Amino acid sequence: MLGFFLRKLALLVPTFIGITIIAFGFVRVLPGDPVLLMAGERGMSDERYRELLKEFGFDRPVWVQYFDYLGNILQGDFGQSLVTKKPVLQEFFTLFPATVELSLCAILIAIVVGIPAGVLAATRRGSFLDQTLMGTALVGYSMPIFWWGLLLIIIFSGWLQWTPVSGRISLLYFFDQVTGFMLIDSLLSGQKGAFSSAVQHLILPSIVLATIPLAVIARQTRSAMLEVLGEDYVRTARAKGLSESRVVGVHALRNALIPVVTVIGLSVGTLLAGAILTETIFSWPGIGKWMVDSIFRRDYPVVQSGLLLIAGVVMIVNLIVDMTYGLINPRIRYD
Amino acid sequence: MKMKTLIAVGFTAALMASTAQAKTLVYCSEGSPEGFDPALYTAGTTFDASSRQIYGGLVQFELGTTKVIPDLAESWEVSDDGLEYTFKLRSGVKFHSIDGFTPSRDFNADDVIFSFDRQRLSDNPYNAYVSGASWEYFNAMSMPDLISSIEKVDDMTVKFVLNRPEAPFIANLAMDFASIMSKEYADQLAEAGNMTNLNQAPVGTGPFQMVAYQKDAVIRYKAHPDYYAGKEAIDDLIFAITPDNSVRQQKLVAGECHVMPYPNPADVQSLKDNPDITMMQQEGLNVGYLAYNTTQEPFDRPEVRKALNMAINKQAILDAVFQGAGQATKNPIPPTMWSYNDSIEDDPYDPEAAKKMLADAGVSDLSMKVWAMPVQRPYNPNARRMAELIQADFANIGVTVEIVSYEWGEYLDRSKALDRDGAVLLGWTGDNGDPDNFLAVLLGCDAVGGSNRAQWCNEEFNDLVMKAKSGTQEERTKLYEEAQAVFKREAPWATIAHSVVFMPMRNNVQGYVMDPLGGHVFEGVDLAE
Repeated sequence: MLGFFLRKLALLVPTFIGITIIAFGFVRVLPGDPVLLMAGERGMSDERYRELLKEFGFDRPVWVQYFDYLGNILQGDFGQSLVTKKPVLQEFFTLFPATVELSLCAILIAIVVGIPAGVLAATRRGSFLDQTLMGTALVGYSMPIFWWGLLLIIIFSGWLQWTPVSGRISLLYFFDQVTGFMLIDSLLSGQKGAFSSAVQHLILPSIVLATIPLAVIARQTRSAMLEVLGEDYVRTARAKGLSESRVVGVHALRNALIPVVTVIGLSVGTLLAGAILTETIFSWPGIGKWMVDSIFRRDYPVVQSGLLLIAGVVMIVNLIVDMTYGLINPRIRYD
Repeated sequence: MKMKTLIAVGFTAALMASTAQAKTLVYCSEGSPEGFDPALYTAGTTFDASSRQIYGGLVQFELGTTKVIPDLAESWEVSDDGLEYTFKLRSGVKFHSIDGFTPSRDFNADDVIFSFDRQRLSDNPYNAYVSGASWEYFNAMSMPDLISSIEKVDDMTVKFVLNRPEAPFIANLAMDFASIMSKEYADQLAEAGNMTNLNQAPVGTGPFQMVAYQKDAVIRYKAHPDYYAGKEAIDDLIFAITPDNSVRQQKLVAGECHVMPYPNPADVQSLKDNPDITMMQQEGLNVGYLAYNTTQEPFDRPEVRKALNMAINKQAILDAVFQGAGQATKNPIPPTMWSYNDSIEDDPYDPEAAKKMLADAGVSDLSMKVWAMPVQRPYNPNARRMAELIQADFANIGVTVEIVSYEWGEYLDRSKALDRDGAVLLGWTGDNGDPDNFLAVLLGCDAVGGSNRAQWCNEEFNDLVMKAKSGTQEERTKLYEEAQAVFKREAPWATIAHSVVFMPMRNNVQGYVMDPLGGHVFEGVDLAE
């Protein structure tokens, strides 16, 4: 197990170097530069333009800038935003908990609804229920997120007024952010009603963000279950006279979960980085929107270090997913 | 239904309870401020969150107009040669007290000198207190060339000495970059080795002081208890950062905020129809134009430019691109600006006459490029669409148009080139309400190769605009009116439109005044019980 872990970890080193090159190169390949954008319609003289490039260090050869960046990263210095003038790491940790909180809730919804839906569809293959569930999943998978989010806001916040429109908590509550996780901080604050307000604010964005992974998980569970249900050991289990629920729930599902867990692991990665639309619609102060804003402003330090940090998180999540295979299926050994 | 009632009652009760104790106004702002030192930035969103609530300047724009009135300076005198501006400062003005800083003295001349010196003197410790502090507006308004020295005459008197007479100078001082900071606070931060806090934890003299900022989520302010003009009627001001305009609208309708900026033009009518919402509107201080390259054949001839202008169907553009949130414009300055020459007749939309004019000028089979900006701006919400409409209009008179576009930074840069191929769609939003800020900046000879995208240097026009840099407002008005007539005759641009800005708010918001300069100011606003 330890050897497997170390091997995996060693593999992360070239991946990490590769990501630094991609992250660094990506933002520089885009046309335009931060100084030109800063000047806007007002413009600036060539002299001043060169002066500013020099001040930011963008006048140096690209490879010098890259090694400078790499050296700083290795020392834990992720640079400073050109716009807000704050350290990138500080901004990341301010915004990241909001994204994690939202992503976790979304993945929870996707798992709790997606797996049973997939199992139900598989056990009633070809039935009306199967077709309805898989049809809905297909719709969910193809849903334009922006439209879907606005539609839910208009119905549930506008007409029915069941949920708040956007934000993380009612503006009436004001307390220090201890952990950055609103559910925890609202409890810690001891303010009456704060926690339930935080929960209410999470409902719609979680549902919207869960939509696509839910559809993927449901479809993946169904196809994995169908495969497993035809296996000999399932027939044996039935022949032994086990109840159907035990056959499906224990013997089949446990074996079908391996590809599903892989999909969940991949979804977490996508969710962390891909919550941009949901964060924009629900004014959710997370890292997705932060990255997009920074790309538009050509805020090089934020884009190159932000991408690296997000990639780091995704790599860690996938490592954890790899480790959990053994827990689900003891036949998988790591050595 | 039960749930709905519960939440509705809960929210209203909570809001009412909070209004009983403290009046809280919630503004659903469109974006996050980049920081809180307005001199470091150029974005209106940043100014709304900083200078327009937290800071005062020597002078200010009278709310709702572009007239300059006293603020932290009670009065000022200009020497006869127009080179010396002496400001008598207001006494008894208090800075905000925040966590970690309590001012020991009132505002005085040292604060004024510090606020400008940090931007203009490279040996000032605050000149580079954050990396890449470029003092963009200070530079863009030519302040480094303009200001020769700033002298402290006594504690309550400051003298600015200029290198040349410049009448718009006083209006520049009402701009956001000229916000007055506390020198005492800056010194304290420098001593503690914490200079960057000047951009994170602001201290000003304005009507509101900042309490907390949660990045990309909420900014909280409270009324400055010792504000020199009296404490505000509202106790707390909250900016709920809501980037999407449809969501802002839902929040306003649901009562989660009181005021919102920039509604979606398509939603304006439904907001107007809502009995709980009041809709204010005003012409924006901007202009969208198509600038020909007047140094290139055949666009160097006014009659050709004029013919093309007559082929453009502005009404179609207003309907399709602005969706009602725009007005056709005939002058290079917007109608809310003083010296706007309303007696000028716009070129009529007449494709037949235009065709004939081109033929008379000996121009046939003309093909040209039209540049379309890749971004949405207040003066042009959809440049691509606008370019397509112009393409169709020009096709009607036998002119073939190819539409080109570049990334925004590139676009701005390349469009400056003297030998640029084609006419460029662009625009301008006023900075200080002074006509000089449009006419000299966009059409003056000095700006050729820079912000003068028409590369148009007309001696008659330029002389008028340069002469108008000094004198009384009455004298200057006459010169600018004349300059606008020259502009129309020579037609370096097709003037297209200026935007109409909408500002929806809940009915209980009282005393809100729209700022023609595009700011969102909450001084003097109250909430009805």
